[in-house]
Amino acid sequence: MARAISHRKKMMWTALAWGIGLLIFFPILWTFLTSFKAEATAIADPPVWFFFDWTTENYTAVLERSNYPLALMNSIIIAVGSTLLGIIIAVPAAWAMAFVPGKRTKDVLLWMLSNKMLPAVGVLYPLVLIAKYFDVLDSRILLVVILMLINLPIIVWMLYTYFREIPGEILEAARMDGANLKNEIIYVLTPMAVPGIASTILLNIILAWNEAFWTILLTTVNAAPLTKFIASFSAPEGLFYAKLSAASIMAIAPILIMGWFSQKQLVRGLTFGAVK
Amino acid sequence: MTMKRTLMGTTVGLALVVGLTSSAMAEEITIATVNNGDMVRMQKLSPQWEEQTGNTINWVVLEENVLRQNVTTDISTGGGQYDVMTIGTYEAPIWGANDWLVSLNDGMAEDWNADDLLPAIRGGLTVDGTLYAAPFYGESSMVMYRTDLMEKAGLEMPDAPTWDFIREAAAAMTDRDADINGICARGKAGWGENMAFLTAMSNSFGARWFDMDWKAQFDSPEWKNTIDFYLGMMNESGPAGAANNGFNENLTLFQQGKCGMWIDATVAASFVTGADSTVADKVGFALAPDNGLGKRGNWLWAWSLAIPASSEKQDVAKDFVSWATSQSYTALVAGEEGWANVPPGTRTSLYENADYLAAAPFAQMTLDSINSADPQNPSVQEVPYTGVQFVAIPEFAGIATQTGQQFSDALAGNQTADEALANAQTLTTEEMEAAGY
Amino acid sequence: MATEHSKSSARFMIAPAVFVLLVWMLVPLCMTLYFSFADYRPMRNTFDAWIGFSNYASFLTSSSFLSSVMVTLQMVAGILLITIGGGVALALLLDQPMFGQGIVRILVIAPFFVMPTVSALVWKNMFFNVDNGLFSYLWKFFGAQPYDFLSQSPLLSIVVIVAWQWLPFATLILLTAVQSLSSEQLEAAEMDGAPGYSRFWYIILPHLSRAITVVILIQTIFLLSIFAEIFVTTNGAFGTRTLTYLVYQRVLESQNIGLGSAGGIVAVILANIVAIFLMRIVGKNLDN
Repeated sequence: MARAISHRKKMMWTALAWGIGLLIFFPILWTFLTSFKAEATAIADPPVWFFFDWTTENYTAVLERSNYPLALMNSIIIAVGSTLLGIIIAVPAAWAMAFVPGKRTKDVLLWMLSNKMLPAVGVLYPLVLIAKYFDVLDSRILLVVILMLINLPIIVWMLYTYFREIPGEILEAARMDGANLKNEIIYVLTPMAVPGIASTILLNIILAWNEAFWTILLTTVNAAPLTKFIASFSAPEGLFYAKLSAASIMAIAPILIMGWFSQKQLVRGLTFGAVK
Repeated sequence: MTMKRTLMGTTVGLALVVGLTSSAMAEEITIATVNNGDMVRMQKLSPQWEEQTGNTINWVVLEENVLRQNVTTDISTGGGQYDVMTIGTYEAPIWGANDWLVSLNDGMAEDWNADDLLPAIRGGLTVDGTLYAAPFYGESSMVMYRTDLMEKAGLEMPDAPTWDFIREAAAAMTDRDADINGICARGKAGWGENMAFLTAMSNSFGARWFDMDWKAQFDSPEWKNTIDFYLGMMNESGPAGAANNGFNENLTLFQQGKCGMWIDATVAASFVTGADSTVADKVGFALAPDNGLGKRGNWLWAWSLAIPASSEKQDVAKDFVSWATSQSYTALVAGEEGWANVPPGTRTSLYENADYLAAAPFAQMTLDSINSADPQNPSVQEVPYTGVQFVAIPEFAGIATQTGQQFSDALAGNQTADEALANAQTLTTEEMEAAGY
Repeated sequence: MATEHSKSSARFMIAPAVFVLLVWMLVPLCMTLYFSFADYRPMRNTFDAWIGFSNYASFLTSSSFLSSVMVTLQMVAGILLITIGGGVALALLLDQPMFGQGIVRILVIAPFFVMPTVSALVWKNMFFNVDNGLFSYLWKFFGAQPYDFLSQSPLLSIVVIVAWQWLPFATLILLTAVQSLSSEQLEAAEMDGAPGYSRFWYIILPHLSRAITVVILIQTIFLLSIFAEIFVTTNGAFGTRTLTYLVYQRVLESQNIGLGSAGGIVAVILANIVAIFLMRIVGKNLDN
């Protein structure tokens, strides 16, 4: 009896969850479907769902008109590069804040986070002038550094909250055994911190991938990532829904697939100290 | 497809050979352009230029607003990222006067023939005798209408209609149940969107942006008439989401057969009569309307190619600009895509070409519209500025985008015409004072 | 033991992060500060290094400033409301027994991976568009007049787009928190015959309070600088001009770098006030 009820309940929850899940996912699904329609079909009234002449002509058209491989590569390099650079700088800082907190630690952390609120466009001209001075406009290295700086506060904060959950006794035990600071980090902390670091890396790759102000204004060709690629298809003359959809799918698919495969790792460390 | 493959293969092969033999000469240039149909076509045909010269092109093809962000930032900081930029008749004189652009008076290809350019267009791109940009395509605005719906409404479109006729015809053509709106016009906020339309329209109502002391004139009765008329007509016979409709949105509507009339850029003529249009064989053209005051409500614009002074490859850039804006490029497009698809509105010779006149029923109307626009004396009243649908001062883009938002808000029904005008007057005055007028 | 030593090495380890952030903050910020006192209008070839506080005066007294602050606050508040309300509900839902939980979770978190420009374009054109958008078809299907979202409810439209992107983030953090709630506590409450809503109100919600504060903090940081969604959908029209967007208009559309820089500095100051305010609350909540 009890089992039957819980089974019925489970079915109910399943239906509800799937319904809401599909609703949330629907815009992406719709974009995906539209990307395989002819332009006229894309705005057909009433809308067509699955039964239409599936065509890949939009993808061909998009590929013909723009350098997708280059944009994709730039997106990967900028997102991964800025994240790794950020991690290298942030791990020691977060470690020190978590385990050797000083009087000012909290203030430093808050100050770092407030950096994140700098309105980008306010510093646009200064930054362009600086980049021009060092002759790094339209270079990947510029984007890597800028996106690293933009996301560094989040990286430090995320790692800090994660490190703080690692019990201090373990460290003391290691110290008793005569481990020095370096060994302490490499052999004791790092293994425990891997999930947190992995999650931080994933989150920041997503954030860097989707950044759409600096990546558009500081690049022209050589370093232009997918965010700029999209801008060629956003509002052309004539019908464009299908081509826009194809370009959109091409821009989000890599990161979406990465996200789906790594969602366990992403979720595990994504707490920002929210759970005690 | 295979054809294209082979063609591309040959192109690559040739480029390689040329590259090997003259590697010292081959240059790479970066061109920024708008994702409009004519420019995309230029991008598609450009391998022919690359093949001829051995140079290569990096294309930056962007949506208009994003393009403007990019090139403006680059030009005003001297970033030097681009060798050719696509700009309009608003930017060219201002940037030229700042010495940011390279003079095109010399160094262009020999057969380029500047004297063939339409005088109105050429004049708009020239400052003190120096040509700063080469027009790629030029446009004015005119009325495009559905001949079948006009007939059904029992009306006949004159060649030079008045605003009153347009409004009356729009109301007669509107059939909301059949999803037909009598009039489509720009409502989306932006200096190059609704304000281009409204400024040009206001000229025919006798209004002006500024008086001779650079005082904003939105508190004048002429502007009130313009806005009242515009809002009244759009509310009676315009589409539901008019406040969000710019050129592209209206084009789609017209092509889908949802507009009875559409007043917009002459360049749209080839789209509404083209393959994507469901009403291609039922389109007629007329001059932009007037009010009997001596000015018509049509504008003048030319998307043009300019070379920033910060470019390090100005000679190659000039070579490309010559190629893309020449008569032979027109012939090339005609050969590949047909005469109706050549970039219009820049050269006298095009309008003397019998093939073009035969293929483009809108040719004469386009030429007449361009010729009837007068950037030097845009309004019935005396004005201190030039420009038909814009005021050629650097502050205009910022100001007009904000006033455009006021009128867009009024069109959406979120405020009244009087509120919009009062707000426009306040913010224009504020901005002009801040700019030191 | 060796605390002095570890303290100094701690400082040494924090140093790089602090250093790069200082450089990042100081160099462009100082330049912005410098420009904010200058009459810098490149389109006019004007550069006058010192004009006092007049940029600040005209930015703060212009008719658009106050309204832009209000719009910013409304927008952020609206998005937080939806993401947290929806996030709590979704987290509780996902915690229930069901078939295919993994797939549902994948569906729910997907929007977080979509870049803001893409999601804004998709929503604007394919959903909100009054002629060809799906909502219009839906409205017509039910016999209603198509509704022009972007001009009639512009703020709500943008809130919906942004909330759609951030809902997964809130859900994930809240889900972790929900899962850490011991089931004994809940079962005990159930035994006591506590009805669903009181269990939610007295046990679950207090348990989630910490996660909720974290979500508010992190999201606010990102939401204060929303740009792409406004740029793509309304371009700041229909009263959707936030402070960030106002600064953008001053810098890029009006090409008045001095005025825009002053606006940027004002925005930084306001953001820091919000930050300090938030930190007070969150800091308290995180300390214990």
